[in-house]
Amino acid sequence: MNFSRRHLLGLEGFNREEILFLLDTAASFKEISEREIKKVPTLRGKTVVAAFFEPSTRTRISFEIAAKRMSADFVSLSGSTSSATKGETLLDTARNLAAMQPDILVLRHPSAGAPHLLAQCLECSVVNAGDGCHEHPTQALLDLLTIREQKGRIEGLVVAIVGDILHSRVARSNLYALRTLGAEVRLVGPRTLLPPECAALAFTTTDLREGVAGADVVMLLRLQRERQVGNFIPSVDEYARYYCLTEAHLRLAKPDVIVMHPGPLNRGIEISSEVADGPYSVILDQVANGVAVRMAVLYLLGTGARRADAETERPQLAAIGRARRRASR
Amino acid sequence: MSGERVVLDARGIDRALTRIAHEIVERNKGLEDLVLIGIRSRGVHLAERLRRKLAEIDGTTVPMGIIDITLYRDDLSRSRQQPEVKETKVDFPIDDRRVILVDDVLFTGRTVRAALDALVDLGRPRSVQLCVLVDRGHRELPIRADYVGKNLPTSLDEEVQVRLAESDGVEEVVLHRREG
Repeated sequence: MNFSRRHLLGLEGFNREEILFLLDTAASFKEISEREIKKVPTLRGKTVVAAFFEPSTRTRISFEIAAKRMSADFVSLSGSTSSATKGETLLDTARNLAAMQPDILVLRHPSAGAPHLLAQCLECSVVNAGDGCHEHPTQALLDLLTIREQKGRIEGLVVAIVGDILHSRVARSNLYALRTLGAEVRLVGPRTLLPPECAALAFTTTDLREGVAGADVVMLLRLQRERQVGNFIPSVDEYARYYCLTEAHLRLAKPDVIVMHPGPLNRGIEISSEVADGPYSVILDQVANGVAVRMAVLYLLGTGARRADAETERPQLAAIGRARRRASR
Repeated sequence: MSGERVVLDARGIDRALTRIAHEIVERNKGLEDLVLIGIRSRGVHLAERLRRKLAEIDGTTVPMGIIDITLYRDDLSRSRQQPEVKETKVDFPIDDRRVILVDDVLFTGRTVRAALDALVDLGRPRSVQLCVLVDRGHRELPIRADYVGKNLPTSLDEEVQVRLAESDGVEEVVLHRREG
């Protein structure tokens, strides 16, 4: 397999072979985290800069642990303590970071397309760790790895993605990749949180029971209260009454159904504690797989001679535009 | 393929491995504390065969592990395409064991250097011995093999290929001119 990408901006446009190659590579890295000495020298001398302009614990720590287990130097910057609060533009911040010669920039930003912009302007590789409501590719890859480990395959599975689809970059990245790998995707949520463009790509329903009936995988999303979701639903309590996943719902799914959640959990809103802590939950496996996926991504982007003739990856402008308009609504 | 010369056939490979198995038992005075570690990919097949032969000779089945040396290579930032990473699988502690590292061809010694680094990340073996099916010379590092199936003088523009039934469907070691 010839993996020739310089950046990981999103999974839209990735083909089946590329996704499977990423998953296979990630699976090989799992063993390193189980060793007594959890470190390999592969990225010695490489610098990974993480710039997070939105809060994050899991993703940032996961990237940091991944980079350190690969022996890369890891420097992180968070929005609230950066010069962005003094009015510096993203591009100026990024150019200044780039002047310090990092090899990989991991970016989380509230604006869709921010990593695509930087990928065009900077010399280093850019990894999208979540851009607004657009994509979060490493999260989808770790979800796929977890599904494949639990079910042995992805093709032909019924995957219900439940919740705030509209604001979810996790849902978008998963939707693209799951379709590419041949899974049947259902999107479940209140009509106001089901974006019309997604209806063209998957079966949509507002009924949680219908959505989880016969499902192999139920993937829950966090209700993103920081994105003014209050304007889209009458109240959080009402949302919880219709969409909080309980064991009663899971009895409608396949007997070996697994329940996933990208975290952080809103217990009692989108997931009941009995489900979160119950036998169907693979939430902590997802977190463990996140490290392996990010090790694989850093390995694939951080090694190999700089490719002068690297294909320039055209950002998916239409999709970004849609996500941007949504964010500003 | 043009100009391909078979230097070891199926029987030759089998005889070499049988002799190496006897040498291993002799030099180590038995199989106590001994473990085999195969280097992906063909070293693994050879290690499996040695393990069976050792069991026939001594009646003990020694533990066997697999290492992938990709993450320890010294040319990762030079090659245009990064090699595929496969899993390292050593399910037993190697501390204070006598490790026999198995590979198909010994050439520059760089693979073995990487394997030694990978090994010490997994523990502290009492000793490490190296076993190869073919030693083709041209070392670039101070490394030598303890057990050699066949010493094969080669020139740098030649290539040695080990083909094994498990991965290639045929059993032979061939020598040919590098193409291009």
